Amino acid sequence: MKQIVVISGKGGTGKTVVTGALAALAKNKVMVDCDVDAADLHLLLHPEIKERHEFRSGQTAVIVKRLCKKCGECRSICRFGAIKPDFSVEPFSCEGCALCSQICPQGAIRMEENVAGEWFISDTRHGPFVHAKLGIAEENSGKLVAKIRQIAKELAEKSGLDYVIIDGPPGIGCPVIASLSGADCALIVTEPTLSGLHDAGRVMELAAHFNIPVKLIVNKYDLNLLMTGKIEEFCRSRNVPVIGKIVFDKTVVKALVEGKNIIDYAECAAGDEVRRVWEGLS
Amino acid sequence: MIISIASGKGGTGKTTVAVNLALSLKNVQFLDCDVEEPNAHLFLKPCIKDEVRAYIPVPEVDEVKCSHCGKCREACAYHAIAVLPGNSVNKGSVLIFPYLCHGCGACSLLCPQKAIKEVNKEIGVVEIGEKEHLQFVHGRLNVGEAMSPPLIRQVKKLINPTRTVIIDAPPGTSCPVITAVKGSDFCVLVTEPTPFGLNDLILAVEVLRKLQIPFGVVVNRSDIGDGKVEDYCRNEHIPILMNISFSREIAVSYSEGVPIVERDVSYQDKFINLYINICGIKNEADSCH
Repeated sequence: MKQIVVISGKGGTGKTVVTGALAALAKNKVMVDCDVDAADLHLLLHPEIKERHEFRSGQTAVIVKRLCKKCGECRSICRFGAIKPDFSVEPFSCEGCALCSQICPQGAIRMEENVAGEWFISDTRHGPFVHAKLGIAEENSGKLVAKIRQIAKELAEKSGLDYVIIDGPPGIGCPVIASLSGADCALIVTEPTLSGLHDAGRVMELAAHFNIPVKLIVNKYDLNLLMTGKIEEFCRSRNVPVIGKIVFDKTVVKALVEGKNIIDYAECAAGDEVRRVWEGLS
Repeated sequence: MIISIASGKGGTGKTTVAVNLALSLKNVQFLDCDVEEPNAHLFLKPCIKDEVRAYIPVPEVDEVKCSHCGKCREACAYHAIAVLPGNSVNKGSVLIFPYLCHGCGACSLLCPQKAIKEVNKEIGVVEIGEKEHLQFVHGRLNVGEAMSPPLIRQVKKLINPTRTVIIDAPPGTSCPVITAVKGSDFCVLVTEPTPFGLNDLILAVEVLRKLQIPFGVVVNRSDIGDGKVEDYCRNEHIPILMNISFSREIAVSYSEGVPIVERDVSYQDKFINLYINICGIKNEADSCH
């Protein structure tokens, strides 16, 4: 069983469109959406939710007004500025370290467990799909990503599937690290812009840091051929194979608006190229 | 006034709006808080004058003083400390996992032996510079570091309240975005008229409502896709501050790292108009309170 993760560094380069197409092309796989704080893959896969689970993670401090003597100890030790001058807790700032509750001389601070989100196991016409929804303004996206990856891996092993295909989040921070770690291959989707090149470079460095082999595709490559050339040159210097170049194709947006992946929607140049990409991956 | 530019979905045009708005106004300070993938410098090409390393405090244990009592392990909410108790043969030891540490200071403060001191671990760099009259600050997270919020907080410490502050936020709806937009007087949400754009816009709107920050929407590539973002905004009484039509000129200029207002000055008026719209809505929101 192989785990393939689609990442990009820069947002909006086409990760989910490519992942949605891979869902239609790959057989015997489980799909996973690890962009848990702005998940979109469900808009292409139309899941029928079979299992729904609460994701409990982290804590938030609560000050019991009746016991609080307003001595100020908690305010002076909190490094996150989470305790307001009126001795109530600002939940978005509280990181749940519990130091305040441990030092409060009155024992007036208790810690409450957060329900930080939900995760789901679903059926789709392209097979099983594991996805999640991080609660609004919640933390611990990395832990939720780790959780759904573990569920997907178990599901793949139990059913003897060949692939786990993961739609990753943008950036290089904790949810990206959690999406990458232990994957067999990272597919970077970038675009021919200065930002696309800059950000792909950083995410490549991240993958190298975790010893994950990388392949790259340039989406909308014909919008700037010079920049596409620069990306190819950059990849050559890093020994990263460029396994696809997708043209700027208006069919992609049309398919998206109808909630369809580009393989099933219509014969199109972008779909043909992703077909080639999948041959290069599998 | 502090104006942050956020989006939910990545790649909708946050940096394009932030950079062009900044270049169309006077007396601006620009903060790029997308420290995982900072891009604004590619467009503004500021002259960097100063560089400050950013650190978070992580514990270091003095094995001589340590009694391996395990109090630090209990105190750490992030499981960043493991303690192997000693026995008649081995002395015992403490293992620290710095990448899990949030730097809360609980372990060092609560250690009965005073055996833990905090040492600085570098997580990235804050660079400060200028482009003509515009002040520029951005953070750059070291590759492999998981936590961006401490670095974003360092960037925001340099906010200059005498200027119009424009914050380019990271995508998403979780901690890095909240750290970036918190304390803003107004937030501009940039979206695109596709199902992905709409889905992520709705999430971003929920975040801003929770944070009680007034906001409005910029629809980028407004003539592709469908009309559902517009319908949603109308139903939710969310002001649309600006529509930017898809143009190859903007796309090419973006790809080359050239702000569109520098290639076509007529765009300046559009971004000044965006600022006027922001001020109007902000004043309206203020007079309601």
